[in-house]
Amino acid sequence: MKLKLKIWRQKDPHSRGKFVNYRLNDISADSSFLEMLDVLNEELISKGEEPVVYDHDCREGICGACGLYINGRPHGPDSLITVCQLHMRKFKNGDTIVIEPWRARAFPVIRDLMVDRDAFDKLIQEGGYVSVNTGSAPDANSIPVKKVYADLSMDAAACIGCGACVAACKNASAMLFVGAKVSHLTLLPQGKVESNERVRDMVAKMDELGFGNCTNTGACEAECPKGIKLTNIARLNREYYRATF
Amino acid sequence: MSGIIISSLGKKLLMSLAGIFLITFLLLHMGINLLVIIFEDPMVYNKAAHFMSSNILIKIFEIILFGGLLLHVIFALILQIQNWLARPKRYNKANYSNTSFFSKFMIHTAVITLTFLVIHFLDFYIKAKFGHAAEIIVDGVAYHDLASEIMDKFKMLPFVIFYIAAFIFLGFHLIHGFQSAFKTLGLDNKKYTPVIQVLAIIYSTVVVAGYSIIPLIIYFL
Repeated sequence: MKLKLKIWRQKDPHSRGKFVNYRLNDISADSSFLEMLDVLNEELISKGEEPVVYDHDCREGICGACGLYINGRPHGPDSLITVCQLHMRKFKNGDTIVIEPWRARAFPVIRDLMVDRDAFDKLIQEGGYVSVNTGSAPDANSIPVKKVYADLSMDAAACIGCGACVAACKNASAMLFVGAKVSHLTLLPQGKVESNERVRDMVAKMDELGFGNCTNTGACEAECPKGIKLTNIARLNREYYRATF
Repeated sequence: MSGIIISSLGKKLLMSLAGIFLITFLLLHMGINLLVIIFEDPMVYNKAAHFMSSNILIKIFEIILFGGLLLHVIFALILQIQNWLARPKRYNKANYSNTSFFSKFMIHTAVITLTFLVIHFLDFYIKAKFGHAAEIIVDGVAYHDLASEIMDKFKMLPFVIFYIAAFIFLGFHLIHGFQSAFKTLGLDNKKYTPVIQVLAIIYSTVVVAGYSIIPLIIYFL
C-alpha cells in the first residue's frame, strides 16, 4: 500500500506543534496501524530524524495505553477496538491519513501524539476504589449479587481508561469514564457503602480538572472501544442527585 | 445542596428542568395561538390573550416562566463556555463519530431561537402588555385587538418566512433537547429511551406544524 500521512508533531508541551506530511510506499495491508507507524519511525531513525512519539503497551486491545485520533475518529475507522487492533486493510491504497493526539485541556500533549492522561488517575484517586481490606480471595457467592447488577457492573468495569470518550466528545467531557467507574462500583454491595462520597468527589474533581459538560450527543458511546453505554451517564446523574439531595 | 449551582451536573439538572418547563409552555402558547385560526370571531383570541395578561395566577406563572427561560439561557451559556474551554486546540479533521445529528447544533439553534424571542418580545409581547395595540371595548371591558395585529403581520410574506424559519430551527433544538433533558434527569434505559426519542420527534413536529400553520393559513386564505 502507498500512503500519505499527515501527523501532528510537537516537540514538548510548550511548543506550538504542526502537521508534517510523510509518504510510505510499501505497507502491507495485513500490518497493524501501530506497525505501520513503527515502519515510519524506522525510516525516520535511519534518516537521522526524530521518530514520532506515541503511547502503546500491550497491543492486545486491553491496556488502554494507545490512543490516536485518526481521520476524525478516536482509535480510527473501526468500531469497538483500540488503535493497536486496527489494521491497514481498513484503508485504501493511496489514502491520506490524518493522525492527531487526543485534544482536551485535561489531556495536554507531552510530545507528538502522546498525551498526559494523569487527569484520569486523579479521578480514580477521588473514589474509583473500595476502601476495605481485601485479604485473600473470598468464597464465590459469599455476598449474593443479583445477576442483573453483576452484569451491569461487569459491563461498566470493561472500561480501560483510554480516553477515547473525552477525545470523541465535542465538549471533551469525561462523563462516560466517570459514569463507568461509578456504575462499576456502586452497583455492587462492596462499592455501595461509599457511593455518596465517591460520586460527589469524582464529579467535583472532574469539574476541577477542566473537562467539558455532557450534552448527551453519544459520540463517546459510539467511539468507546469497550462499548460502554450512555446509560452509565444517566446512572451517574441519578447517583449524583441522590448523593446531593 | 450548595454544590448544585457550582457543579456541572447541578447546572445541567436545573437547565433540563427549566427546559422541560419551557417545553410544556410551548404547547399552552400554541393552543392559545391556534384560537386565531380556529374561530372566525377574533374576540375569542383577544379574550384569551386578555385573560393571559390579567389573571393573577398567570402573572405568577409568567414570573416563573421568565425565570425558567433566564435560567436555561444563563446556565447554557456558562456550560457552553466551559465546553469551548475544555478543548482549546481543535481537531484538524472534523469529528466523524456517529452521533445524533441535531445535538451538534444546540448552541446555534439556541441563538436563532433566542433572537426570535427577543424580536417577538419587542414586537408583540410589549405591545400586548403595555397597550400600544388598538383597543376594542366589549361589555365595558377594553381588549387589545391582538387578533387583527396578527392578521396584519401575517399578510406580509417576510414575516411569514421569518416566523416559520424560526420555528423550524426551534424544532431542531427540541428534537435533541427533549430527549437530552430526560437523560440529564437520569432517565435512560433500553425500554423507555426509544419511546422518549419517538415522543421527541412527534412533539417537535407538532410544535413546528402547529405554530407554522397559523401564518400559512392567514397568508394564503
